[in-house]
Parts: sequence; structure tokens; C-alpha cells
Amino acid sequence: MALNIVVCVKNTPATTALAVDPSTGKAKLDGIQFALNPFDEYAVEEAVRIKERFPGAKTTALALGPERAEGAVREAIARGVDAGAVAVLPGWEESPYAAAIGLAKAILKLHAESPVHLVLFGKSTNDVASGLVGALVAARLDWPAVISVKKIDAVDEKEATVHRMMEDGVDLVKTPLPAVIGTVKEINDPRLPSLKGKMAAKKAELKIYRDADLGVGAEADAALKAVSLAKLSPFPPRPAGVRVDGVSPQDKAQKLVAILAERRVI
Amino acid sequence: MAKGTLAVVLPIRGSLQPSAYEALTAGKALAGFLGESFDAVVVSGSRGAEFAKDLAARGPGRVHLIENPAFENFSDEACAAPLKRLIEKEGYARVVVVSTINGRLLAARLSAALNAGIAADVWGLSAEGGRVTAKRSLYGGNLIGDFAFASERQVILIQPLSFERAQPQASPGQVVPADSAPGSARAQFVSFEPQPAGEIDLGSAERVVSGGRGLGNADGFKMIRELARVLGAAVGASRAVVDSGWIPYRHQVGLTGRTVRPKLYVACGISGQIQHLAGMSSAANIVAINTDPDCPMMKLASIAVPGDVNEIVPQLIAELKKRKGA
Repeated sequence: MALNIVVCVKNTPATTALAVDPSTGKAKLDGIQFALNPFDEYAVEEAVRIKERFPGAKTTALALGPERAEGAVREAIARGVDAGAVAVLPGWEESPYAAAIGLAKAILKLHAESPVHLVLFGKSTNDVASGLVGALVAARLDWPAVISVKKIDAVDEKEATVHRMMEDGVDLVKTPLPAVIGTVKEINDPRLPSLKGKMAAKKAELKIYRDADLGVGAEADAALKAVSLAKLSPFPPRPAGVRVDGVSPQDKAQKLVAILAERRVI
Repeated sequence: MAKGTLAVVLPIRGSLQPSAYEALTAGKALAGFLGESFDAVVVSGSRGAEFAKDLAARGPGRVHLIENPAFENFSDEACAAPLKRLIEKEGYARVVVVSTINGRLLAARLSAALNAGIAADVWGLSAEGGRVTAKRSLYGGNLIGDFAFASERQVILIQPLSFERAQPQASPGQVVPADSAPGSARAQFVSFEPQPAGEIDLGSAERVVSGGRGLGNADGFKMIRELARVLGAAVGASRAVVDSGWIPYRHQVGLTGRTVRPKLYVACGISGQIQHLAGMSSAANIVAINTDPDCPMMKLASIAVPGDVNEIVPQLIAELKKRKGA
């Protein structure tokens, strides 16, 4: 059986410099361009690289959110992924807790059609930025998970050996498949979409799952309310800084050390 | 109805991290807002009694000890099972864990097993009318989100260095052994390669010295490492120099690297791309050394030092050494 890889992607604002709409308490998204979450580029590239190593391997990009979520799936296809699926659950993308429930259901749909071996995720997103969805999806599926992966060594339909970047070094971890793998930037150097890929992305017919297909209707209320964004606000501006001038580098260094000592940070 | 807050402590490679004491402070504060009890649990492969005693001295009413050689090398699957049993048996409503790689995996398992709402990288907590609100940063650290929980149980991952470290108190809590049977683990630890000796982890460092393009070349990091050594700081870097191969990725601070929240961040020759600022703009004190007085980092800085890093940093190292020697 050929390796079957799902890469989860998110369509996110192409900028993080967003204003808050005081009437809704949410980010102002009108007129904002959306794109593939930058962290997902690494997961997509890794899926494509594994496919290139294993002739016959299949890759599917899966996104969750409103209709526009398909933008990320098409971008993944432009980057070399074979097929795409969208779990159309508007609003669920705002909550990592709910998103994981929806994604897990959609992965089970794909798994039922053709057994999935690997589910790849980016490290985090540039919007909600929880860095949790991969681990939560694994927990919902009751599959093993390895996150912060900087290298996938050996992989076949049975197991994968991966290098995991930890706070204090690097772990080598072996996991049976199916499993969820969360990636970090160091894992590869993503290529840009090819012309051929862009054509394929335009033409691709995506699988669309709605709440009835996923059977999440009864859970929706609890899933969305478990934890929700009540208020969004800008950071208060930092207090104005001081400027250290001096007649020489040594003079500046002395003055800087004096200030640091006074502030008790050295 | 579930009640009470539980701080979960996960020693790594046989040692207790100082961030565990931050989880105690966060958990105790949360329990205080809600007028409920606060306990802790340590899941350890060895030295568990020692760790539990240390934690018990710092605020919790009780410290549950889950000890089994199976926990020596962390496994989220192995740890989640006894923790779920403990949380259900004792009826805890809130679980506080530190946002580390291990903490995230474990918290995700507990969230799914208990249908508990979850938030990561939390740096502020409050509660009103029995409902918990967690503050965390979104959109590349540009906006603050107040996340309200409505689930009966809540799992909260705190950002390192966001809460004070709990100190030993006059009357210690009680250590209680707990059911320590591990869950069956599929993902298996094989081996560990530590980072070079003497390197301090960025994520939990109280001081960080970072270098950027302004250093001129990869050799500039010798000076940055020396400054970091003198300050007892971790070494950080901008994406530009990591991409140029001047220093490994594990040092990258910013959106696609690590998020840091130190007391002191020294940005040497870093102009301050928005992606870099996303990873460090919450530092308490930011020192910028840069030839361009108008660059974003110099504008953000609490202390801006105009000038060439290659001239100022050696002088800074000399001054700090003098001060240490004095």
C-alpha cells in the first residue's frame, strides 16, 4: 500500500499588522489578503519531498474554516500536493480546540477512503498562533504525535523515525503510523509554486465536507464555546526609551552598564 | 462539579526546571481568584520524592507524586493516562502546565480526554464569576487576546517567564503518592543529543543576547557568545543570519523561531523586522545597539545605543568583566 499523507493547512491573513474592530472585538479583516499560513509551507514541502522519495505516495492538503479556506489548499496543490479537501466549518478556525475536532473528523473521512499514514502540520499559525492543533488532532484521533520535528529520517507505511528539536537538544523518536507530525522551519527549504502546479491548483476539484458530512452538528455548540476569543486589543505602547550617547564606544558601554545595573537586570 | 486547580510538573531528563515554580505561581493565583484549593502533581521517572518535596514547599496544599521508570524519558501517551485518572478522581477543574514541547503534547491529550478547553502561551490569568479568562498574544505578537473558557474543565499552558517563580514558604504542603501506572506509549524515545555544553535555552532564559546582520559576518557571533557568557544569557539571532548560515536555527528568535520573554534582551545589529519583533517585543528591557538610529529595533528599545556593534560590544564585555571583578 502506497504511503498516504495528509498535510493540514490554514488560510490566514497575509499580514500580522491588523487593527481591532471595536464594535466586534475581532480583527478587522475587510480587504485583507489571505494566503497559506507561512509555517505550513514547511509541512507542505515536506509532504511533497516524501512523495518524491516514494513513487506512488499520495498527498492531500486539508483545510478547515469558511469557504475561503480552500485558498490554502489550492496554494498547497500549486506547491506540489496532489489533491485537496476542505472542512467548511466557518468560525471553527478561530478556536484551536474546535478546529482540531473538525479536522480530526475530516481526517477520519479521508482515512476511511484510503488509510492515512502521516498527518503533517506546520509549527503554528501567524493568526491564532496556538501551536496546538496538531497535538490536539492526534489526541482526538488517539494517534501518536511528534511535534517540533526538524527532520524525518526513515519513513514507510509502518513507522517513521524523526528528529525532534527540544528546548535542550535533539531527540530521536520512533513512532508507528498512522501518526501526526508537527514540523519546524529547519526541516526544509520550501520551493516556490511551479507554473505547472499553479495550473493544477486552478483546475483541482476539492473534496468539500460540511457539518452534516462530518457529523459535528451536535457537538458544535460545546466545541465552539469551550474556549473562545472574548476580546482582542492592541498591546499598550512600550514606555519611551532612553538613548545612550557618548564620546566613544567605551563611554557608551560604561553608560549602558550603569543603566543596566540601576535597573537591576545585570 | 469539578473544582480545584492542579499544576502539572514534568521534569525533563531527570531534572526539575525553574519554570515549574512559575506554574505553581500561576496555579495558586488562579485558585485564589476562584477561592478553591491548589495542588500540584509531578510525573517523574526518578528523584520524584525529592522533586515533590521541593514543590510542596512552594505553595500547593498537596503534591501528588506519580513516579515510574516509564516516565524517565517523557511520553505524552504514558503520562496522560495516570494524570487523567488523578484529575477525574480528585475532581480538578483546572490544569496548569508550562508551554514546552512536552507540556503542549501532554496538555493536548488531557484537553481531548477531558473535553477541556485549552489555551497555550498564556501570560495572564483572571477569573470572574467562576469563569476563567486567559490572556495570550496573537497575530505575531501584535494583539492581545482575552480567551474566555466555558467548558467545565480548562487546560492552561503558561508561557515561560510570565509568572514569578514560587519561593519556599513557612508551611509546606503534603506529598501524596498517586496511582502511577503508565499509559501504553506508541511513539518511543530512542536517543538524545544535547545541545553544546554551556548553552542556555532561549525559551526560559532571563537574559538574551541576539546578533543580526550588523555583525558583518559569522565571526561576529564569537563576540555575541562572549557577551552572552559574561551576562549569563542565551544566544539569539535574527532570521537573516540564520538563513545565511552564521548560526544554527535553534538560536532564531521571532515568528518562525522561538518566542522569548526575558528580563533583558540585547539586540546587536538587528534592525527589527516585524517577524523578529514578534518573538521578543514582550521583553521587560530591550537594549538595541545599531548604526541606524531610526530602525524599528532602536525605536522599540528601552535603551538605544547608536553605534557599531563591532566597536561597542567589545567595550561592553570589558566593562561587564570589570564590574564582575570589582
